[in-house]
Amino acid sequence: MFDLTGKRALVTGASGGIGGAIATALHGAGATVGLSGTRTAPLEELAASLGERAHVLPCNLSDAEAVNALPKQAIEAMGGLDILVNNAGITRDNLFMRMSEEDWAQVLEVNLTSTMRLCKGVVRPMMKARWGRIVNITSIVGATGNPGQANYAAAKAGLVGMSKSIAHEVAGRGITVNCVAPGFIETAMTDKLNEEQKSGILGQIPAGRMGTPEEIASAVLYLSSAEAGYVTGATLHVNGGMAML
Amino acid sequence: MSDVADRVRKIVVEHLGVEEDKVVENASFIDDLGADSLDTVELVMAFEEEFGIEIPDDAAETIQTFGDAVRFIKEAQ
Repeated sequence: MFDLTGKRALVTGASGGIGGAIATALHGAGATVGLSGTRTAPLEELAASLGERAHVLPCNLSDAEAVNALPKQAIEAMGGLDILVNNAGITRDNLFMRMSEEDWAQVLEVNLTSTMRLCKGVVRPMMKARWGRIVNITSIVGATGNPGQANYAAAKAGLVGMSKSIAHEVAGRGITVNCVAPGFIETAMTDKLNEEQKSGILGQIPAGRMGTPEEIASAVLYLSSAEAGYVTGATLHVNGGMAML
Repeated sequence: MSDVADRVRKIVVEHLGVEEDKVVENASFIDDLGADSLDTVELVMAFEEEFGIEIPDDAAETIQTFGDAVRFIKEAQ
């Protein structure tokens, strides 16, 4: 099940914990992967550990020109593009009353606008191929909101609406567009929380633990597979029951 | 019949699955040939590829009929 042999996948934010796990899962299912991210060193490291069928494609997602060029670079490197996973994201948390326009604009630019640009760049070859998978990584906070994250929540909720709209337009061409919404996941970001913060969070999670990057990757793997061909415009929540949506 | 028109007609026939004799000068892709809006985007993509030209979005919107397409491509070449 979930054989991606011969498929070519571009994963943004592959230098992070969740992105790395997604790239590893797709690669493990047989896909050729394009690893994108801002920091080259961790991408090189991941590519080396994956071995064959891994390409490093650094890109700064706040640079519109670089983002628009990325799908083409990925297609050149891998000979085509069948799967796009928009995983990269940044946070600029602050109480709403203190949130600057710059914090707002930066988060929207990287988390929402760059995803739009990448989707635009890949839809064309996917339409031609009559096959494609786009998986956008959103967040539980896009559905529930979170204090201090008005910008991030807006961008993540925006991804859901955008994905559904694109899904409508391209469904007839064998392309699916879905979202995966992680809850609290063990990453470098959540490592920084202190014990009190952690126990506060765990109290809200019926599963009683944080999720792992591999559990997000499994959801992405499913939505990237041929088996998920009838699933489109959906958001798969992976959050240990923290919000049952 | 010019070579350009023949090549454009072939693409339209293949893509929209219509009879060749329906693809006439004033045939509208959407109103007469049953294309939906996504089909018209794909036709433009196919024209770009066949003729090695770039058709910007604002120009693509003006290509409504078979005749429009042939004229645009001839000028662009």
